[in-house]
This record gives sequence, structure tokens and C-alpha cells, in this order.
Amino acid sequence: MNRLTWRKTVNTVMSGVTALCALVAVAPLLFVLGLLVVKGASSLNWAFFTKLPVPVGETGGGIANAIAGSGQLLLLAALFGVPLGVLGGIYLSEFGGWGVPFFVRYAADLLVTVPSIVIGIFAYAVVVLPVGHFSALAGGFALGVMLLPIVVTNTEQFLRTVPVWLREGSLALGAGHWKTIVSVVIPGALQGILTGILLALARVAGETAPLIFTAFNNAYWNRGLNQPISSLPYMIWIYGLSAYDDWHRQAWAAALVLLGFVLLVNVVSRLVLARGMAARRAA
Amino acid sequence: MAISNTTLAGPPPGGPSERWRFLGGTRGVDTIAWLVTLVAALSVLFVTVWLVVELWRHSTLPRQAFGFRFLLDSVWDPVFGHFGALPFVYGTLVTSAVAMLIAVPLGVGAAIFLAELAPRGFSDALTFLVELLAAVPSVVLGLVGIFVVVPWVRTSFGPVLKDLFGFTPLFQGPIYGVGFLTSGLVLAIMVLPFIVSISREVLLSVPVDLREGALALGATKWEATWKVVVPTAGTGILGSIFLGLARALGETMAVSMVIGGTPQIAASLFAPGYSIASVIADQFSEATGDLFRQSLIELGLVLFGITLLLHAVARALVHFTTRKARGAA
Repeated sequence: MNRLTWRKTVNTVMSGVTALCALVAVAPLLFVLGLLVVKGASSLNWAFFTKLPVPVGETGGGIANAIAGSGQLLLLAALFGVPLGVLGGIYLSEFGGWGVPFFVRYAADLLVTVPSIVIGIFAYAVVVLPVGHFSALAGGFALGVMLLPIVVTNTEQFLRTVPVWLREGSLALGAGHWKTIVSVVIPGALQGILTGILLALARVAGETAPLIFTAFNNAYWNRGLNQPISSLPYMIWIYGLSAYDDWHRQAWAAALVLLGFVLLVNVVSRLVLARGMAARRAA
Repeated sequence: MAISNTTLAGPPPGGPSERWRFLGGTRGVDTIAWLVTLVAALSVLFVTVWLVVELWRHSTLPRQAFGFRFLLDSVWDPVFGHFGALPFVYGTLVTSAVAMLIAVPLGVGAAIFLAELAPRGFSDALTFLVELLAAVPSVVLGLVGIFVVVPWVRTSFGPVLKDLFGFTPLFQGPIYGVGFLTSGLVLAIMVLPFIVSISREVLLSVPVDLREGALALGATKWEATWKVVVPTAGTGILGSIFLGLARALGETMAVSMVIGGTPQIAASLFAPGYSIASVIADQFSEATGDLFRQSLIELGLVLFGITLLLHAVARALVHFTTRKARGAA
């Protein structure tokens, strides 16, 4: 085999090997999705979504409280994380110089990387310890702390996609800085900011670790923000580790619901974003 | 002069709009907006610092009782109030090492294919799917871990490894299914999308001129990729690996479901163990007594410290490469 043939062979072989790597990287998603559908889809029915859990041994029962709990926790998290995050993002993009924004960006980036269990300890120390018991509020705070840096970063990035000349046009017409931001910059980036928030919510919706010792669990309907509250990820965790086949069956179904929600939000918002980008490039 | 007036004689005379003059002549509403958004931005910084302070404040007992021996002591005995973190540090490092050994070659290979060799549309579609994998909740992967990966390791994968490599201490002893190896496998799936996604971006940021130059000199596509593009992007790829590692070290739920929950240091990858994050998840709610709970919080502090370190290195590496690549373009 002469040198050129050898080089061409290496080229072909390595293309194949790296392509195989790429396929292996995609496989787990398809495998997990398929597995959840096979194991969980048969358990999905109206009662599953609307009924409370029943004691072990009784058939039937659902996860209505866990779904409602997750919704409430996300709402609390959004109340904490979204306003602060969006305003912070506006600062970074529109007002920032080089000093404060550098540290804020660094902190946001670090906070996203901090293990979620550590955020859980933080919420425990700040909310649970002073009050003395687990509560929905503590869980919402923990998720909110996770939400905040994601929203800040996303908002800044989308505001930056608005062209500078739009701002200059507005300023040249005599509008002030804030007026320009509110009536020109934010409308131009609104779609991106909203999808960014949605993506961030989908990301924290699947978190279990920060809820274990903040929101804890509750087998009934939630009775107030100051009480423990159930959530979908927590329920999957408990049911999955239990010793009962019926709970395992429900864990699979709940996992399918959770994954379905997360993937749906991801796919839809990414498509929306991609279309927005394409439209902007065409303009 | 305006400034000295304000400091000496209090707020300047005139209406509210007059008073904002000392802040540089911007109009009132702009100044308020600036102030409000600044406070919001600073809240991120504040929360981060607050988090460290709380972790520090709530781990005084074990720090006073054990000092630095906490990290080197291998006994974790809540009943006798003796707490050492070494088994968990060991478990965290071993599971992460297994994960990185699998995920790094796979992830970098996939990134090379997606950035350099695959047609653009195909590459975008595959990357989209890989990034979706990052969105799968940890607890869902844990569930798959318990019911699929654990039995698979126990009955198929484990025995095969034992036959092949059973002479090394890494693959000896009974195979329970749960343990370091299984946790590493699940972790590999979790960090893979991060490595692929970031490495691909770094590779794409390498200027086209370099590729064209190599190809014009007669290099094959693979030679141009492997000898020119990958070395140029090397630091950034290293950064993506560090980010993946930071992820693996702190991963909680999936690991806690498949690692076996035994605070021990064992050479065999088949043995059950515990990682820092998973022991916090498992034992925190049941922790009786302040020393026990605070020891777990100190474990959280250790985890935060490791993350801080890795994150700084990773960011610096990624930043350095993309900056350099852009500067060269």
C-alpha cells in the first residue's frame, strides 16, 4: 500500500470512527425516550393526572398533587428569579461598563455550575432553618436561585442581538436611555427573552436535589406556601427507589410526563428561536 | 463643583429632577432605571456570596471539631459522631474519572465529526438531539439507571469485564450492579452533551483559512482536522472537558440512585460506594444532631470549593481559545 492510499484510508476510517462517536452520543436520548414510552405510556390515563396517590396495595391513584406542586414551585421560582433576572440582564446589556458586569457575569456563570444539591443546602439554611420546617416557599426559593443566573445570561444575550443602530436611531430622535430600552430594545428581543425564560423553567422543573430538604414531600394536596409540597421529580425519586411494582409503574409514567414536558418546551422554544434568528438574518 | 455643593450642603435646591444632576446630568428616569437594574444585576453577585457565607456559617462545628482532618479521615460514623469525608471524596473522584474516561474520547470524537466532517444540515440536527440529552432530568436518568443499567452491569457487562480484566484489582469481587462503575456509566451519559456541544463550538470558531491552507498543501480532510484544527482548538476542548468534569463531580440524583450508598473506599469498581453529592441527598433529611447535619453542610462547602476551582480553569481555557481564534481571523 503506498503512502497516498494509506492516508486516504486513514481519512475514511477516522471519518467513520468519529461518525460512530456522534451516533453513540445521540443514542442515549432516543433509548431513554423509547424506554419511557414503552414502560410508562400504558399507565397514562385521566385518573393518573387527576387523582391523588393511594396507599400501597390499593390500585389506581394518580400524581395530580405532584403535578400541581411542581407548577406551584415553578411559579414561586419564577416570581423570584424572572424579574430580578430580566432587570439584571438589562443592566448587563444596556448600562454595563467593564467593572460590575464582569463580576456579575462571572458569578452568574459560576452559580449555574454550582451543584444543585449545594443550592438546596443554601435554601435550607436560609429558609428552612429559621422557620423550623420544610415548605413550598423554601423549595421555590431554591429553584429561583437556580433560575436567576440562567435568566440573567439569556436576557443579556438576546438584548445584545438587537442592532446598535436601532438604539442610535431612537436616541437621535430624542428618546432617553430608558425610553429607548423599553420601546425599542426590549420589543426587539422580547421573543428571545420569553423563550429563554421558558427554557430556564424547563431546566429547573426537572431538579430533585434542591427540593429534598426544602420542599420535601406531601401525599395530599398542597395546603399553603408554608407547608411541605410534593413535586414530580421528587415523586419519581421516591417511587423509583421503593420496593413496590405498582410504584415503579407510576414512576415510569411520571418520568414520561416530566420528560415529555421538558423536551416539548425545549424543542418548541429552540424552533421558535431558530426561526427568529433566520428572520433577523434575512432582514 | 456641583459635587462639592451636594456633599457640603445636602441635596441641591429645586425639584426632584434637579437633584439627579449630580449623577452626571442624566435624566431622572434614566438614573432610576440604571439604579434598579444595577441592584438586580448585583443580586446575582449577592446571592453567590451569601451562599458561601451560609455554607461557611453552618459548618463551624465540624470545622472546629475535625479541622483539615475532615478531608483525610475515612471513617463516617453518625452513631458515634465521627465524621470523615475521605470515602465521599474518593467516590466522587472515582465515578467522575470513569465518566470522563468514557465521555471524553466519545464526546471529542463526536464534536470533531459534527464540526468538521458532517454535512452542515445533518450536523445541526444531530447537535440538536445531543443538546436535548442535556435537558433530560437527572432523576429520569437515575430511574433508567436503576432498572436498566444496574441489571445490565450485574448480568452482562460486569462479568465480561471480570473475565477480561479480572487480574487487576479494579475488576475484582462480587458484582452487585450498583457501584462506582455503574455511576460512572450514568455520569458519562450526563456529561457527554456538554463536551460535545462546547467542543463543537470551539472547533467551529477556528478560522476557515487554517483549514483551507492545510487542504491547499495537500492534506486530507482528516489530516487538516487532526493536525491543524484540533491543536488550534485544543485549549478550548480542554475547557469543555473541565466543564463536563465540574458537572460530573456535582451530579446528585442519578448517582445517588445507582452508587449503592456505602461509605467505603474500595479498589474495585464493582464495589458500592458514596459520592459527596449523593451522601448529602441521602442523609440530610434524616441527619440527627447538629454535628451530623453540619458535617453534611461542610461536604457541600467542599463540593462548592471544587466547583469554583474547576469552573475558573475551564472558563479561562474556553475564553482564551475563542478569543485567540477570533483575534486570528
